[in-house]
Amino acid sequence: MKGARIPVGFIPLVDAAPLIVAQEMGFAAEEGLDLDLQRAPSWSSLRDMLCFGRVDAAHMLSPLPVASALGLGNVGTGLAAISVLSINGNVIGVSAEMADRLRAQGHDFAFNDAHAAGHALIEAAQGPLRIAVPFPFSMHAELLYYWLNALGYPAPQGIDIRTVPPPLMAEAIRAGDVDAFCVGEPWGSIVVEEALGSLLLPTSAIWSFAPEKVLAVREDWAANETELSGRLIRAVWKSGRWLSDPDSRVLAAEILSRAPYLNMPPEMIDRALSGNLTVTPQGLQREVKGFLRFHKGHATYPWDSQAQWIATQLASRMGLERANAQTRAAQVFRGELYRSALEGLKVDVPEECSRAEGAIAAPQRDSATHSVKDSVENRFFDGQIFDPSQK
Amino acid sequence: MPRPLSIVLVEPDADRAAEVGDALRAAGEFELHLIHDTNRLARQIQALNPDVVLIDLENPSRDTLEELTLASGALERPVAMFVDRAGEGLSAAAIEAGVSAYVVDGMQPNRLKPILDAAIARFALFQRMRTELAETKRALEERKVIDRAKGMIMKARGINEEQAYALMRKTAMNKNQRMADVAQSLVTAAELLS
Repeated sequence: MKGARIPVGFIPLVDAAPLIVAQEMGFAAEEGLDLDLQRAPSWSSLRDMLCFGRVDAAHMLSPLPVASALGLGNVGTGLAAISVLSINGNVIGVSAEMADRLRAQGHDFAFNDAHAAGHALIEAAQGPLRIAVPFPFSMHAELLYYWLNALGYPAPQGIDIRTVPPPLMAEAIRAGDVDAFCVGEPWGSIVVEEALGSLLLPTSAIWSFAPEKVLAVREDWAANETELSGRLIRAVWKSGRWLSDPDSRVLAAEILSRAPYLNMPPEMIDRALSGNLTVTPQGLQREVKGFLRFHKGHATYPWDSQAQWIATQLASRMGLERANAQTRAAQVFRGELYRSALEGLKVDVPEECSRAEGAIAAPQRDSATHSVKDSVENRFFDGQIFDPSQK
Repeated sequence: MPRPLSIVLVEPDADRAAEVGDALRAAGEFELHLIHDTNRLARQIQALNPDVVLIDLENPSRDTLEELTLASGALERPVAMFVDRAGEGLSAAAIEAGVSAYVVDGMQPNRLKPILDAAIARFALFQRMRTELAETKRALEERKVIDRAKGMIMKARGINEEQAYALMRKTAMNKNQRMADVAQSLVTAAELLS
């Protein structure tokens, strides 16, 4: 039996894995679903495919449905995020020329210190920093603004942020159009592989629990197809759990590398999955814990507070009223749908809709029992705490 | 008589650009600009300051146009995708045909319709041609691989062409795979072993 066919759009990135794996490893079939995976050429096209019903669900940048709820960007149809797909997973990199300047200043490319890397980049800047991101509404853009602002750099005024589609990132650097970039894997590793630049920082060093991609559907689809959307949420949750097992890594990289999906060597995909990145063309290796998460620490639960953090950033950047933006954003991330979908699985799901973002320290050993608490760090590099309940 | 609308067509392929240009000219009087090189696309478009931008849905550079929707400078005109201006069916038809249009704020739907009708018809044709071409290419590639694998089997087992072909087909059926996939596995394995 094939199951109910759902057309699902994705962009060829490592973090499309939960959808691809759900289909290939049978998690979709377990839920009686057959995902018709359609690769999209750009985020705007994927958004249109979803809005006009060419697909019913899509791999999507988490700020995109939030921005559309605030009336930003071109969307006529209301979108809902019924699950988060991934946490973190982007890298900030610099052109070879910028890397040389950083090295001359004594920067060590430690790849873990957002303060050191940020100050070094600001010091090395000659004129306004020109930074490429894949889309105007993306965690890439929001985290860059947040990071540079917190370090005292005038953002957004002082930065020249440009939209460059990931497959054209290497070309923009080769042409000398940008000094730095922020992109999802494997595109950062490809820049390094082509010896065009070096990686400076994983975005997880800016916010260690940043919701990167969501599973987006049309609002009316979520309302009318609760049964199907519940099955989809479960399939993707199981897929994320499978992906979080280190034993799955080799096979996951192999599946993603196939032609209909990423169509590139598994070795390039494994870097993001393992968190072992090659950061310079000379082969400097850095290991990042929690580089890309699919499961641990309720990774896929869509918190209202995540949508509200995004809305607050967008509102302050675009001059919108903050409280109103937060109210609207909270309606986009649908924790209640997620919770009821997972009810039957007898797994632990948060009961709250919102939490203080940035307020979870790294797991510590309990002094009495010597057990390590099974939590995942949720910290901003500058120690800020975002709590939407504290107005 | 209002001044003719200015249209920017983003199309790297010169032949296709010419065909769309002809179709548009047949639909009315427009001022048409072509952009072949998508480098710094948003900037090029801002410089031309058009009423309408037409771009292939498959063009990854399309995302750079989303910046234009945020235009904030005094002289910049905010741009929106035509979604919210044109009639329902028209938007969906354009997406189906593989073209997206961006128009400046406040444009009349009746001025836009002839442009979109012409563009949609032309792009729908491209779409069909593209699918056909991809299919033909794939079939050709597969035949090449099957021929190579057949040659290898003939040599290794000392059998004739017909027998080699039958053997491959039988294997494909037993393994529930496509013959092209069986052939590809053999060719890949042979490359690894040689």
